[in-house]
Amino acid sequence: MLTKRIIPCLDIKDGRTVKGTNFVNLRDAGDPVELGAIYAREGADELVFLDITATVDERKTLIELVRKVAHTVNIPFTVGGGISSIADVSALLNAGADKISINSSAVRNPDLVDELAQEFGSQCIVVAIDTRFVDGEHIVHTHGGRRPTELRTLAWAKEIENRGAGEILLTSMDTDGTKAGFAIELTARISGAANIPVIASGGAGSMAHFVDVFTTGKADAGLAASIFHFKEIEIPALKRFLSQQGIPMRTTA
Amino acid sequence: MKTVIIKYNAGNVQSVMYALERIGASYLLTDDEAEIRSADKVIFPGVGEASTAMAYLRQRGLDKVIPSLKQPVLGTCVGMQLLCRYSEEGNTTCMGVFDVDVRRFPATPGFKVPHTGWNNLTTMQGPLTEGLAENPYVYFVHSYCADVCPETIAVCDYVSPFSAMLHRDNFYAAQFHAEISGNVGQRILENFLDVDQRS
Repeated sequence: MLTKRIIPCLDIKDGRTVKGTNFVNLRDAGDPVELGAIYAREGADELVFLDITATVDERKTLIELVRKVAHTVNIPFTVGGGISSIADVSALLNAGADKISINSSAVRNPDLVDELAQEFGSQCIVVAIDTRFVDGEHIVHTHGGRRPTELRTLAWAKEIENRGAGEILLTSMDTDGTKAGFAIELTARISGAANIPVIASGGAGSMAHFVDVFTTGKADAGLAASIFHFKEIEIPALKRFLSQQGIPMRTTA
Repeated sequence: MKTVIIKYNAGNVQSVMYALERIGASYLLTDDEAEIRSADKVIFPGVGEASTAMAYLRQRGLDKVIPSLKQPVLGTCVGMQLLCRYSEEGNTTCMGVFDVDVRRFPATPGFKVPHTGWNNLTTMQGPLTEGLAENPYVYFVHSYCADVCPETIAVCDYVSPFSAMLHRDNFYAAQFHAEISGNVGQRILENFLDVDQRS
């Protein structure tokens, strides 16, 4: 049976993880390669690396990092942040990324989604949507959720699917950082309307939140950052718990 | 041992190369017929669209070279599909090593396409899945699949059962991405490199 996926997200700046982590056994808590390898060993189903820098020099650092991760980690990983061209994607895939994620650049230039899907195949094109509830409507935001667009979230999700996106990474800016649970209703609506997988992100604070997002929220995957980094929730325990709740999980022997 | 990865236009083979490096296997990425024929093991990867990939293989004569190989060959993902008879994707006549067609997953409520993520293998046979626990999970991303047939050596179930792995003579194939399927995938690659036969 196809399982639901648990995905830790690592924020990267200058080739280092940004948010602090609580892995006392890490030689270097800021090393994304080592952290990624630990998550993979613990049973994470995928990894997402989000580069929050964008200058040319820093891109080179990112490519080098992607190469190291690909060398070390034997599960799929996605790289996002500052990607806006076929050349950007080509460089990341050639360095060993399995998927790339685009966000603001897709909003700015929706044709980019078609072009990337055509060039590299839908399977490696993730479109991230940052959404916020404004005046009774779910509106797509860019620039880390600060800048509203004209786009309604559900319509945009359908559009990027039609343009060839392979997955949607849906982050609710309303729940992000609250630890009060995922945006269940919105996730269910997007996942119900889209025929491509939806990764839910933003708001995970407890194991029960993951149950909610996989059942009522109909998400295909759940993504979180700090709760994993600070070991508030450990992946093996989370997957055991979800399994016991009847949610299909990959077990790693 | 000489392992060759066949180089063609079907996408990203980087993950396959890194996976081989992780298990300490050296390899050569090439589309040169002599190099391919002299290899002990041949890996035929593939990501991308079937008709474009087949057109490229025909242009270089690789569509004749590959089915005539005598050493163990492992086709993965689209590589596996191209070793089948025919693919619905782009209405493509493929190489016909395996006696089965490739069709698109039918639109079915509750089943998204592509089939994306970790799913388990059942009814496994043969050397490639030796030493694996029961019903192990591997990583899939695909919209097309081959039905279960007499050449099936592992089954996966999505919408309905399909061939996760195929085997005929010296040809092996996997629909999933062994190169990013954790320790299970690594074991399958190691098992392939250990297969000892030339037909």
